[in-house]
Amino acid sequence: MAEDAPSCFHCGLPVPEGSDYTVEIAGQTRRMCCPGCQAVARAIVDGGLESYYQHRTATAPTARELVPAALKDLDIYDQPQVQRSFVRAADEANVKQASLILEGIVCAACVWLNERHVNALPGVVEFRVNYATHRATVKWDDTRIHLSDILRAISEIGYIAHPFDPGRQEQLYKRERAQALKRLAVAGLGAMQVMMVAVALYAGDYTGMEDRMQIFFRWVSLVIATPVVFYSARPFFTSALRDLRRRQLGMDVPVALAIGGAYLASSWATLTNRGEVYFDSVTMFTFFLLAGRFLEMGARHRAGQAAEELVKLLPAMTTRLTDTGEETVAVADLAPGDRVRVKPGESVPADGRVLEGRSSVDESLLTGESVPVPRGPGDRVVGGSVNVESPLVIRIEKVGEETVLAAIQRLLDRAQSEKPRLAGLADRIAGVFVGVILLLAAGVGWYWWQHAPDEAGWIVLSMLVVTCPCALSLATPAALTAATGSLTRLGVLTTRGHALETLARATHMVLDKTGTLTEGRLRLVATEPLGKESAEACLGLAGALEQASEHPLGRAILRVAPDERPPVSDARAEPGQGIEGVVNGRRLRIGQPAWVASLSGSEPPAPGDDGATEILLGDEQGLLAVFRLRDELRPGAREAIAELRRLGLTPLLYSGDSEAAVAAVARELEIADFCARMRPEDKLAGLRALQAQGAVVAMVGDGVNDAPVLAGANVSLAMGSGTQLAQASADMILLSERLAHLPEAVGMARDSLRIIRQNLGWAVVYNAVALPLAAMGYVAPWMAAIGMSASSLVVVVNALRLNRRYTDASATRPPPGVRPA
Amino acid sequence: MSILFLLVPLGMLFLGVAIWAFVWAVRSGQFDDLEGPAHRILMDDDDPRIPGRRDSSSDET
Repeated sequence: MAEDAPSCFHCGLPVPEGSDYTVEIAGQTRRMCCPGCQAVARAIVDGGLESYYQHRTATAPTARELVPAALKDLDIYDQPQVQRSFVRAADEANVKQASLILEGIVCAACVWLNERHVNALPGVVEFRVNYATHRATVKWDDTRIHLSDILRAISEIGYIAHPFDPGRQEQLYKRERAQALKRLAVAGLGAMQVMMVAVALYAGDYTGMEDRMQIFFRWVSLVIATPVVFYSARPFFTSALRDLRRRQLGMDVPVALAIGGAYLASSWATLTNRGEVYFDSVTMFTFFLLAGRFLEMGARHRAGQAAEELVKLLPAMTTRLTDTGEETVAVADLAPGDRVRVKPGESVPADGRVLEGRSSVDESLLTGESVPVPRGPGDRVVGGSVNVESPLVIRIEKVGEETVLAAIQRLLDRAQSEKPRLAGLADRIAGVFVGVILLLAAGVGWYWWQHAPDEAGWIVLSMLVVTCPCALSLATPAALTAATGSLTRLGVLTTRGHALETLARATHMVLDKTGTLTEGRLRLVATEPLGKESAEACLGLAGALEQASEHPLGRAILRVAPDERPPVSDARAEPGQGIEGVVNGRRLRIGQPAWVASLSGSEPPAPGDDGATEILLGDEQGLLAVFRLRDELRPGAREAIAELRRLGLTPLLYSGDSEAAVAAVARELEIADFCARMRPEDKLAGLRALQAQGAVVAMVGDGVNDAPVLAGANVSLAMGSGTQLAQASADMILLSERLAHLPEAVGMARDSLRIIRQNLGWAVVYNAVALPLAAMGYVAPWMAAIGMSASSLVVVVNALRLNRRYTDASATRPPPGVRPA
Repeated sequence: MSILFLLVPLGMLFLGVAIWAFVWAVRSGQFDDLEGPAHRILMDDDDPRIPGRRDSSSDET
């Protein structure tokens, strides 16, 4: 290990100077960066699991912050009411079973470590981790161990486990996958056998073959192809039927027509012993298409699972006050009139009024306002907002359907149902193409019927086979699968199919401010001394006063204040105003300008116009300093917006925050169009107005208040740290949280649209050449088969180009929009 | 070449067996985790302890 830059043996982060955390692992003393990693490493060593360090291929996540926070609330998972949603009874008596999502799994050694550690606990019946999905199933004897003990044991070795409800989605995925695999296997094995027989039949055409042998081989092909057509190709038939019922010509119509037509004609030829058989084409075609769809399904499932990982099954519990004391109840069981106690850091369970206590509540996720608002007795509080400072007792007024949160949810549902959809490029082309082919086939059939009735049936069929829509139907999914795969590696999840195509055609991009363009937390940007004392000294005093503060403003100051803090006596927090205390014999106040100024009877300075939040520090003689805090822009926001503009998108800023704060951000990012103080309804209305002018709008947001707009936009992206509701209503999720990935996603979307166009173009050209030849009767069956395979291969290889370019390095790719000549 | 009339149906029989085996494998969850087992086999559950490692024995000497 290099001595000059020691790094933590457990997590790989540099070891801070002067710290001394060590653990003896396999006979060697290893340095750790923090007590968290030390505790985790010691737990691993004590459990006799050192081989983890020997086998791991990546360093573990830092344990620093995980352990205390995760340990806090685990007991709640033992409550029967909470368990109801995710725990099932296993077959044996007293044994229960649950599914867990494991966070922090980076390599196979993590899986081994977790399995060994948890299986060693007395009372655990079975614990298995799925490495591919990072899910675990646990079975335990409820009389010997509690679920919280298991979760705690997992957090001891530095991972976080939280239960989830595998219910609907997971089961559905599993069934769908098993079904697809079986169909694929039948088609694949069948295609191989039929191909083998077909080679013999083709060879027989040239070298001559006994008649009875030919008949026998045809019957063999028929027998093998039958399950392929009736079992493997069934999804194509059902979906084509659905399309026809809705009076549309989808991609599955020609597919079903080709498979069904070729199969029926070949069967007829086998039964009557005249004409050609196409069983090889039928089975190969089915297999290729199924394989493409299987890969597509895999990408879709992975995206869905990653999205589900964000949806933690939070126990929505609250503390209800009764005549005899307190009890913990589920939020769903609350009724109007109940009194609940909300501790600092907890969220308000439902809409109500404050009975006792004074505090500030953070409504930023609901309204977009970046600074917590003060609330005292008699004030209304909204369910879903977070209590910041001190305990509140609240009388519940509205629950369930009547709350503000539920109203936003309803708005969301409506927006989703009214979402404008752009018909996919491939769908439109396919509709036209299929119509043309069918008409042509009918025309050619009629012509040959007039001139050579014996030939007509075969020529029409060979036309349908040679124009085999394989390339056409693979064109879009192949490109989209490659593109979504690359984007997922970048950290941009695509959860809905149309997202990429629509994003490529977006003309406007609406952005939310708090939590999207900004980090959603305040930061000290300037300290201006007003008296004799230096900025540094004022910051020291402010840090001393704010030591115990939970308020975001206080914490922002603490992050930058010097570590040595003079002792404070007689400290007192005035909710909604600030903190007062005595430092070195001076009575000081920090907080709201008016309140601080009133201590010395002076005038507060005029507020600045840059949208920053200002807090004052003062003593009894006068004012000492003004601290300006802002919700800082995310790194790379400027470049990302500039890049978007270069790509031809018009950026807009819609926010629920104050006019000044929004204007400041808009100025900094050079966004001309911005609106402040917007409620979810206003945002949605603004969006509709844009769409009415013909704009294709992409929306980026994170909060609950953004959810209806995300759902209403043509295509929408939610931030990875955003609320569950926002992510559920978005088409894509920006897990990486890097705004620079926005223009990259747009570029990627445009590239994939270009590839789709090329693929469709190729398919159309191929068909335009092959069709007349087939119509004139020049195409032999083996030529048609080769043509089909080659045209599909071209399409797939072309789509894979998309994959390679973006995995190499996004920096070296040509600017999006520049087309190769 | 008449032997083909026996061999080809025999081949089809094997095809049936192969499909049945695959369906069984899918049903019993063999395809649920395609990555984990490849790694799991490399982990030694019965790793013999390195002699000098044992805390108690080194204390005694």
